[in-house]
Amino acid sequence: MSTPPPLIGGPFLKQSPSVSHIMLVVMLALTPATLYGLFQFGLPALYLFLVTIAASLLAEAIWLKLAGRPALPALSDGSAVLTGWLLALTLPPWAPWWIGVIGAFIAIIIGKQVFGGLGQNLFNPAMVARVVLLISFPFQMTYFIHPVPLFQQGAPGPLESLAVTFGYGSGPTIDTLSSASVLGHVKTEIGRGTVWADAFSSTFDMHGLVFGAVPGSLGETSAPLLLLGGLLLLAARLITWHIPLVMMGTIAALAAVFNAIDPLVYPDALTHLLSGATVLGAFFIATDLVTSPVSATGKIVFGAGCGALIYIIRTWGGYPEGMAFAVLLMNAATPLIDRYTKPRVYGRTRRGTPLVHEEASK
Amino acid sequence: MKLFRIRGGVHPEGRKRLSEDQPIEDLPLPELLHVPLQQHIGAPAVAIVSKGDQVKKGQVIATAQGNISAPVHAPSSGTVVGLGRYAAPHPSGLPGRTITIRTDGLEEWTELSEPMDAFMADPKDIAKRVSECGVVGMGGATFPSSVKLNLGQRYDLHTLIINGAECEPYLTCDDRLMREYADDITMGVRIMARALNVKRVLIAIEGNKPSAIRAMGQAANAYDDVTIVEVPARYPMGSEKHLTQTLLGLETPARGLTADIGAVVHNIATAFAVFEAVTKGIPLISRIVTVSGEAITRPSNLRVLTGTPVAKLIEHVGAYSSEPERLLLGGPMMGQPLADLKVPLVKGTNGVLALTGLQAATQVTTTSCIRCASCVDACPCGLVPLEMAAAIRKEEMELATKSGLMDCVGCGSCAYVCPSNIPLVQYFNYAKGRITAVQRTEHKQKETKRLADQRTERMERQAAAKREAMEKRKAEQAKKKAAQQAARNQEQEKVSA
Repeated sequence: MSTPPPLIGGPFLKQSPSVSHIMLVVMLALTPATLYGLFQFGLPALYLFLVTIAASLLAEAIWLKLAGRPALPALSDGSAVLTGWLLALTLPPWAPWWIGVIGAFIAIIIGKQVFGGLGQNLFNPAMVARVVLLISFPFQMTYFIHPVPLFQQGAPGPLESLAVTFGYGSGPTIDTLSSASVLGHVKTEIGRGTVWADAFSSTFDMHGLVFGAVPGSLGETSAPLLLLGGLLLLAARLITWHIPLVMMGTIAALAAVFNAIDPLVYPDALTHLLSGATVLGAFFIATDLVTSPVSATGKIVFGAGCGALIYIIRTWGGYPEGMAFAVLLMNAATPLIDRYTKPRVYGRTRRGTPLVHEEASK
Repeated sequence: MKLFRIRGGVHPEGRKRLSEDQPIEDLPLPELLHVPLQQHIGAPAVAIVSKGDQVKKGQVIATAQGNISAPVHAPSSGTVVGLGRYAAPHPSGLPGRTITIRTDGLEEWTELSEPMDAFMADPKDIAKRVSECGVVGMGGATFPSSVKLNLGQRYDLHTLIINGAECEPYLTCDDRLMREYADDITMGVRIMARALNVKRVLIAIEGNKPSAIRAMGQAANAYDDVTIVEVPARYPMGSEKHLTQTLLGLETPARGLTADIGAVVHNIATAFAVFEAVTKGIPLISRIVTVSGEAITRPSNLRVLTGTPVAKLIEHVGAYSSEPERLLLGGPMMGQPLADLKVPLVKGTNGVLALTGLQAATQVTTTSCIRCASCVDACPCGLVPLEMAAAIRKEEMELATKSGLMDCVGCGSCAYVCPSNIPLVQYFNYAKGRITAVQRTEHKQKETKRLADQRTERMERQAAAKREAMEKRKAEQAKKKAAQQAARNQEQEKVSA
């Protein structure tokens, strides 16, 4: 790159946080839910979390090296760490290390860098990786465990945990711990003809759902802590209310309608909102700045689309959870949404012709 | 009064504290005044003095040329010592035509025009006087004020809006002027209202200037048709079209004038200049300038003669307290970098800023756009700056134009909020320049083609006319010949008979 010409157009004041600042705030917002998730699922989860983030940084560094671009500015902007972080939150906490590594490389290289790097990608990198993993390694990606909080009886120690994540030596008898996620369980049971409420209450309770003491991905279990992080993002004005509110509203509305039609088959709105990746997705995944529309109207359309697709996939699709698919589908629609939801230009009609007022000219 | 919300905008830190309590102070007369002939939008004035001439203060030294232009007056008495090109307050740093006067220190006035009784005078005469006195828009746009005062002849106007928003950070010159000359401004405003034939005057002042609001309120109290309106402090409140929308709730049609919706906007300092011109016959030869910024020892508001080099102002306020990282003419949002301290002050200069540290925003690196849409939210014009910039990067000017580039007012709100530090305004200015150049070339080509076609047609017409004439002549000759032949034949027949 040649040196840019001297700045001759203002403004000569800057208000804003830098890109890395934005990434840091998002990470800060994710911290409570992440810490809680790590506590719930113990050391194996922590190992996987760290491996995934490290692999993301490594993937970014390798790519930049191959592309002959300076690595440090891109690595230090925090985007690779955040991608790895988000990906780790959507993985089963006791998944083997290579799931995290493969996912990180897919997210960074296929999800982001081949498009031209930060800001150029069409799809949410973490979700691209999650979907590829889910399709390629369905067993590992749906192998959930019932949470065994740290320091509790039965929680694996450091060495045992290494064995869980890195797969050598003899691990704990984790078979006894394995379980299905809430949505997965409900889906299977309904498939077997069980009434959903029974399927739900036979294994879970609402209390567990709210506080995350249920099997599931690392980051999708504690709705209140994710909500807290989401509110922090709203307060910091890094995201607007449009996508999260409309997305959750759409899910809740659809769930309420179908639950009213047949309460025996369709779970109610609260279950939908609290289970799976609804809150994580609404505040942290769908709101990804790069891959969501830029105007307020566009964000509303995007949020509604995500919400509807999530409900459809959960209810009638082949997978118990549809957040990743829904977000990716709406990502693909983002350029189109952007095109049709531009704000109205000052002094012009929506169609772009100058406004006409009662003629003042003589 | 009910106010209307405008879209977007930003809240930059005001930093007006630095200079807002400094009373207006006269800058000592400089030895040399470099008076540019182009201190306004439109055609530059034409010099009517020559080297060696003695000039008096207020004397016309260059006359307006064409409809959109303004004359230039001698800011002080002295001798014309130079007539040529000199550093001009323009971002290009290119010199412009300038008259240099060596002042004699006598400040001897020329014979000024008679004071007018504006409320008895013909509105046209008011505009004429304003034009003769070289008054231009003093908020920075420097559009000749008389042209805007004549809009009443072409439009049914109902409101005169006086822009005392002063939304740029640091600047306090309008604030001081309102606090210290409220009565004169009010008189100027009423004169303008008469010239425009409007019934209602709104003086809009941002809420961060309570003293100015109080002073103007007292001065305008006696007049029912003049209302002081406190508008929220928000950049770009001072944008003509956005201020009008805030007050009237009406958007100016794209590519149109505020007059299209019945309003005309003038700056507060312009109102003062009109007062001076009409009631005293004093031409526009001085203005109030804020000298401020973190690198200035003693931030001040100075009354400065046009043509005074910027260096004199900085010298007067005690030079720099620290090395400035950026020097600006005007405000930090829309001002322009100052290349050289010898550049003279002009009618439109409202500030000289010396910024340092974070405020200078010099050491910023541009990173990729992350589509955060901050610029979309900040744009007061409803544009999508990130999209326009992407198009301009690819030199797709047509796409940028379609996205509304020409509706951009250049306020810089987008670049101010951009977390990737993308110089959006720079992109837009570049593209606007390119598009104007292309349009000019197209226009030229069209004109050339038109003229060439006309010429071809003319030549063809002439050739046709010639051919016709020749054929006519030929035919006549043939007729003649035939007649002669016939006569000869007859004769021969006679002879032979």
